[in-house]
Amino acid sequence: MTPPTPSAAAPLEVTDESVEKPIASGSPKGGESRSPGRLAWKRFKRDRTGVISAYVVIFFFVVAIAAPLIAKLYGKDPYTTYASQDPSLLDAFSYPAGPNGGMSSQFWFGVEPQLGRDVFTFLLYGIRTSLGIAVAATILTVVAGVVVGVTAGYLGGKTDYLVGRVIDILLSFPSTLFFIAFMPVVYGIFVAPDDNIPTWLRATALIVVLSTFGWASIARLLRGQVLGLREREFVEAAKVTGAPPMRIVFKELLPNLWTPIIIQSTLLLPALVTTEAGLSFLSVGIIDPTPDWGVMIARGAQFYSQDITFMLFPGISMVLFVVAFNLLGDSVRDALDPKSKR
Amino acid sequence: MSNTNPLLDVSGLTKHFPIKGGFPIRRTVGAVQAVDGLDFQVNEGESLGLVGESGCGKSTTGRLITRLLEPTAGTVRYRGQDITHASRRELAPVRSEIQMIFQDPYASLNPRQTVGKIISGPMEINDINPAGGREKRVRELLEIVGLNPEHYNRFPHEFSGGQRQRIGVARALALEPKLIVADEPVSALDVSIQAQVVNLLQKVQQELGIAFVFIAHDLAIVRHFSQRVAVMYLGRIVEIADREDLYGNPRHPYTRALLSAVPEATVDEDAPARERIRLVGDVPSPINPPTGCRFRTRCWKATEKCATEAPPLVQAEGNKPGHLTACHYPETADPIPAPRLAKNTEAAA
Repeated sequence: MTPPTPSAAAPLEVTDESVEKPIASGSPKGGESRSPGRLAWKRFKRDRTGVISAYVVIFFFVVAIAAPLIAKLYGKDPYTTYASQDPSLLDAFSYPAGPNGGMSSQFWFGVEPQLGRDVFTFLLYGIRTSLGIAVAATILTVVAGVVVGVTAGYLGGKTDYLVGRVIDILLSFPSTLFFIAFMPVVYGIFVAPDDNIPTWLRATALIVVLSTFGWASIARLLRGQVLGLREREFVEAAKVTGAPPMRIVFKELLPNLWTPIIIQSTLLLPALVTTEAGLSFLSVGIIDPTPDWGVMIARGAQFYSQDITFMLFPGISMVLFVVAFNLLGDSVRDALDPKSKR
Repeated sequence: MSNTNPLLDVSGLTKHFPIKGGFPIRRTVGAVQAVDGLDFQVNEGESLGLVGESGCGKSTTGRLITRLLEPTAGTVRYRGQDITHASRRELAPVRSEIQMIFQDPYASLNPRQTVGKIISGPMEINDINPAGGREKRVRELLEIVGLNPEHYNRFPHEFSGGQRQRIGVARALALEPKLIVADEPVSALDVSIQAQVVNLLQKVQQELGIAFVFIAHDLAIVRHFSQRVAVMYLGRIVEIADREDLYGNPRHPYTRALLSAVPEATVDEDAPARERIRLVGDVPSPINPPTGCRFRTRCWKATEKCATEAPPLVQAEGNKPGHLTACHYPETADPIPAPRLAKNTEAAA
């Protein structure tokens, strides 16, 4: 470090001392910084609801990712109809023979009525499919929303006007109705009417359709944020030093947009999980025999008057996941944006 | 002062903000004439103060010089080079020489960047690699503006307003500019801090020989800081002169009124009561400014001529060279005639 030029700095140093002292005493280590991110993390760790929800959510993701491993250790898979190998699993009416939906040391969560598949692995793989689709759709939605929103907000003028009207139109669509109406159209583009629709296409189509109707609200939110930030003096300061537009967007604007982006993503994901399950329930999304949360609930709905257990597992696990993720989203928002009122 | 080559030469600078209206087709229905034909020069190492009340176009002028706004008409020349409508690429070589200090120290620093990143950003953009690395240079700059170099990794929210403004000054100095436009750099700070920051700016100006366009509404601070002062009213310069001339011998009625409005800190019972000019009425709207002289609606000397003929900014009779006044009936040092006060009491009654 260079020594200060004493003649010039000396009088100012004296006047400054009173101002600097409180900060110096606040954090004794001079070089240590309290970045906004670190402050948010500290606030988050104090929020017990958030931490517990985070553990629940992490648990679900670990289960989803490790589903094949768990299934292997457990020794079963979600596709085999175990009842055809061992007819004693189901009774004469094709309902599980054992009590509580056939729960036993062999079949932890019981046996599926009629086909006799293993509920535990079916649920694991179902979570895996549902979360995979929801996560992919969330990422695609957020990326599209950020790109469109930031562009519209930063460029303004005619671009902004045009994008604004497109968003208006998209938001006025009754989205669930359109999902149901559009899914066969999307399939029809890729597959001949009589052919079987491959599962990967169903998954991809779901992701695309969910994001197509989802980006609008995020884009609108970010557009507003950018409009506010664009006029801030630090952006002007960057312009005065000759910063190119790309640098202004990525270095000046985007770091200030992470808060709304993260908050929106954490609130969007559980919504997409339920939407995806809803579509699969209505058999426009993933269909049997591919394991999926929605498919499982749809199956359960057929038997719940005789065998409530089968409905219970996907139902409770989904409620648990969605509630935990929503609470997590709230906590993340509180941590990142402490001034916002609930 | 009559250098042949001024650092900054502004002539006829005009900015009109269009007002859009109408449905369904939006069209321009009018214009806010924020700045309307400014002429002034700034010489190397000189500080020009720009004063005037709120909304008179001071900040717009600053933003036009730094090209944050696109001028409607007129020219801005920097060292003889026309930068009025230069694109970002054409401006690049000049950018590093004209910098800006902003009014609000809470909005002018990116809350997500460390002090080090904020100050080294300009160097990064302009690809400047000082000897010993950018970090060393940033620490030097922090030293110069009277901050602890150890604050390199701190974030703006950890600093007070005055300290933040010092960071803003360090950022402006990072490119070793020749001209700094300071847009009300101290008006957001409390008085004790104001003095510190003004002294810092003065030190910077004198030691580094940087020219300043110092925008302010505080006459005392401008008097302290600027060698030359321009008084603006409703988008026009009404008077421009050397500091002593302007404060000692104001020729434009508006300047005189402005100076008389400065509150006196010392109450001296024996001293003769200072003349006090109270202007009547509001500043007219810049959307529809008065014809001729813009000050005529509030001027106690206004005549027919003022309504029809805009007074040019010229050297009034009995002025020193460089002291320009835009008035048909420039003031003299005589005590105020009675009618002026009469108009005042009329309005109060």
